[in-house]
Amino acid sequence: MVQKSKIKELRERKEKLLQGGGEQANEKQKALGKRTARERIMALLDEGSFSEYDLFVEHDARDFGMDKKILPGDGVIIGTGTVFGAPVAIFAQDFTVAGGSLGLMHARKITKIMDHALKMKMPLIGINDSGGARIQEGVNALAGYGEIFFRNTLLSGVIPQISVILGPCAGGAVYSPALTDFVFVVDNISKMFITGPEVIKAVLGEEISMEYLGGARVHSEITGNAHFFSSSEEECFSQIRKLISLIPWHNGQKAKNAEPAEPDPAYDIEKIVPEDPTLPYDVKDIIKSVLDRSDFFEVMENYARNIVIGFGRIGGRTAGFVANQPLEMAGVLDVDSSDKAAGFIRYCDAFNIPIISFVDIPGYLPGIDQEHAGIIRHGAKVLYAYSEATVPKITVILRKAYGGGYIAMSSRHLGADFVFAWPTAEIAVMGPEGAANIIFRKEIMSSDDPEGTRKQKIEEYKRMFANPYVAASKGYVDAIIEPLETRRSLLHSLAVTENKMIQVPAKKHGLPPF
Amino acid sequence: MKQEPELESLNIDFTLYKTRLSPKFRNRAAYKAPDSSKILSFISGTVLDIFVREGQEVSKGDDLMILEAMKMQNYLKSMHRGIIKKICVCQGDKVTKGTLLLEMEQIHNTPS
Repeated sequence: MVQKSKIKELRERKEKLLQGGGEQANEKQKALGKRTARERIMALLDEGSFSEYDLFVEHDARDFGMDKKILPGDGVIIGTGTVFGAPVAIFAQDFTVAGGSLGLMHARKITKIMDHALKMKMPLIGINDSGGARIQEGVNALAGYGEIFFRNTLLSGVIPQISVILGPCAGGAVYSPALTDFVFVVDNISKMFITGPEVIKAVLGEEISMEYLGGARVHSEITGNAHFFSSSEEECFSQIRKLISLIPWHNGQKAKNAEPAEPDPAYDIEKIVPEDPTLPYDVKDIIKSVLDRSDFFEVMENYARNIVIGFGRIGGRTAGFVANQPLEMAGVLDVDSSDKAAGFIRYCDAFNIPIISFVDIPGYLPGIDQEHAGIIRHGAKVLYAYSEATVPKITVILRKAYGGGYIAMSSRHLGADFVFAWPTAEIAVMGPEGAANIIFRKEIMSSDDPEGTRKQKIEEYKRMFANPYVAASKGYVDAIIEPLETRRSLLHSLAVTENKMIQVPAKKHGLPPF
Repeated sequence: MKQEPELESLNIDFTLYKTRLSPKFRNRAAYKAPDSSKILSFISGTVLDIFVREGQEVSKGDDLMILEAMKMQNYLKSMHRGIIKKICVCQGDKVTKGTLLLEMEQIHNTPS
């Protein structure tokens, strides 16, 4: 029979620790439009599913007055819970306790739950809200970060790692999210940068606000460091929950299937692509017209919009989608879109998610800035990612597939399992205008009517080469299908590639263009 | 809801496509061919010391000035033999990256 006084003591101790930094600090957090760490965990996880560990951990630092400081939980909450029934490991930094600063015990709590997640093969969610290293702990704070980064890398590709930036995440701290799979940011709350505005101003004389330097929009639109943008913490949590419902819990299993459903009939796949091949359309409409419930969970919506990536279900099965977007920059591949696509392809490959690619690409973006930015090295990432992927790869060529873009976009040559082409597909070494300028140059130059000859040659090239039949005649395209047959073809392809198993040559790991 | 941009023309390998242009594409820096007669600062910093004066002849490798930045004293050296035409900064000036520091005229070695 446990003594009542012992129970009382435990409850009193817990009560105190559960306050975090105290009433004042909690009020301040609210005033900034932020929830507390504990509130966040409760809002994110299934109700009543959270079990906390290491509530009673204390730091043992002595320097700089630390011996007098009592920091509940050492500024971070760790535990396990469920999201739609899926077990997850979670940590949430508590900004109300010493600014959520990271000391050694704080870091050890995080690495403890990371080690746990690895052993138990469950997704890891990290809620970042911290002023950074606890300066008073000196090198111990650095050690703490190092131990976290090492584990982020160890866990990479084994269990899903999700970072949620719900406050400052600056200096060295920001490298942890950078090492994880998906980064969630919230407008006006997330702040990520290596060096802050004050230092930049002092050292370089450049002035910029925190928001414009490393706010949510900057990372969603410019840097490509964020994958999901939301306007509120609540919206953010529902995004995280949705993601977890679509992906597997670890790399040894596939994502759980859901009940199959039909696409929304409002999306008419036949009416989307215009007749004029130089006019754009929204490729997301095509994707939605083949998905269950037309429910497309887009990733990095506002970064490198000329390529579209995201998750969706077909016949209940999760698939990853990569599609050129003719509506933005004519759907070319360039430095940013190459990075965006390659990263996503590798994510799907690591976690056994089939990849479906929709192709409508006129080529790579020409320009000095692209060349000097390294389009060669970045473009190669897409070739590498597709070639390396051993998950089922299904390609649908909608319209243009010119030159290097044809090869890069999940062609048969890079190991695609099924390549479908629409009758509107143009699989050629380049577009008719470009081809006429090169192949028929002599004839055009020596003609009495160069303009007329040029137009004639363009038409000739269009007829002979701007179609899927030449590629199909060589077996580079497996089937030419009508738009209305697309969903059926994808359903069937996913079903027959369920048990795909291929060997790659033995190697420690390849050397993708970094 | 932010305003979506209008459709414009984009030339990809001689074919004109109607599409939206991205902000990064619109704002891309125009290429400027390097001009060896202009010495620009490669980093924001402070002009600590200037060793030459206008009209002076310098040899390749001569120290021109010290630019202090990131707690380092960076010695800017002459890339060619030449004559200093114009010194655009003073000692103590704080400059941003890309500021014109001095102009010089290269003396080409004539083969004998």
